[in-house]
Amino acid sequence: MTEINHHIPDDVLDTYRAGTLPHAFAVVVAAHLSLCDECRARIEAADMIGGVLLNGAEGVALRAGARDRMMAALDAPPPPPLPRGSGVFPAPVMAELGGQPPKWRMLGGGIRQQILSADREGSLRLLYIPPGRAVPEHGHRGMELTLVLQGSFSDSEGAFHRGDVEAAHDAIDHQPIAGAGAPCICLAATDAPLRFHALVPRLLQPIFRI
Amino acid sequence: MTEPVPEALSELTRDLLEVRDRRNREAFGRLFDHFAPRLKAMMLRGGLRDGTAEDVVQDVMLAVWHKAWQFDPHRADAAGWVYAIARNRRIDMARRRPLAQPEEMPELESLEPDAAQILALRQEAGHLAEALSRLAPDQAEALRAAYFDDLPHSRISEMTGLPLGTIKSRIRLGLDRLRHELRKIAP
Repeated sequence: MTEINHHIPDDVLDTYRAGTLPHAFAVVVAAHLSLCDECRARIEAADMIGGVLLNGAEGVALRAGARDRMMAALDAPPPPPLPRGSGVFPAPVMAELGGQPPKWRMLGGGIRQQILSADREGSLRLLYIPPGRAVPEHGHRGMELTLVLQGSFSDSEGAFHRGDVEAAHDAIDHQPIAGAGAPCICLAATDAPLRFHALVPRLLQPIFRI
Repeated sequence: MTEPVPEALSELTRDLLEVRDRRNREAFGRLFDHFAPRLKAMMLRGGLRDGTAEDVVQDVMLAVWHKAWQFDPHRADAAGWVYAIARNRRIDMARRRPLAQPEEMPELESLEPDAAQILALRQEAGHLAEALSRLAPDQAEALRAAYFDDLPHSRISEMTGLPLGTIKSRIRLGLDRLRHELRKIAP
């Protein structure tokens, strides 16, 4: 595993653990967890508390025959395995891609994207940014969670490499620039459409859905 | 798979390894006897009706049987691992679509069980149980609410104030540090 310097914020990880994080963000968290042993350990640590509480809980008797039914059920075939990761895309991203490579849409300036899901709670997409290219400057309404899958980008918050995740809130008005080397591929979840200052007039945003 | 040093393991963890490595049904039966009534209590506390709670318990224990290959005693004890499966199962019942899950851990065929690591994890669980037993009743109740009823953490801290957070972060830091050590030894 590569060294990861930017992790999932505590509150986001707690919401993921509780199962209430909207889908788009949950995929970013799951993809980060696939690459980050440290955040995985944070979840395991919390589950260890759950385990201690479970062990200490007073049990409630099961209905008659529950144990026999259980033992009989063990012979059923196991469920199919979850999809595996492929290339730079960890398993939860491959699941969103339906097991296929991305189908990029050109956005201009060499930038490409594929929208993976979009609903009222948030949208999720893959972005492809050529080396040295700036992602058009944008501010946010709400929250954005961006995970680097390949290459790197830098902005006022620092440099982000594979596995690093940037959490941007309302106030941040940043201009990420893709690093040299491999094109930067990111997985980005937002809970509101981005407001671009340049490149794509605001009126066109609903058409491009960015 | 090499034999782990037995005294480092709790009985439950030993049984889970028996299930993982030898598909041992007797060991699974013992896990069922221990966990199923407790899981049922957890599901009832979470608001499920009796019959549904039993169905979920069966689902969770069946997942324990099928996912046992993923169990790594260097990273989790049996109870924490079973709890995580139960937590995820309950979450998916409440969601429109299942919660995205991280990549499954690769099978650990080459990794020799390290008694020191496993023992350290078990001691950590022991310290944790001890710390929990020292909580005031209302704090302990709040913690159970967080883990069994899935209240949002913000409400928990409202209910309890500092000590809960202190314990949580202490445990978190302790385990993070432990995991860092583990990775140095067995990357």
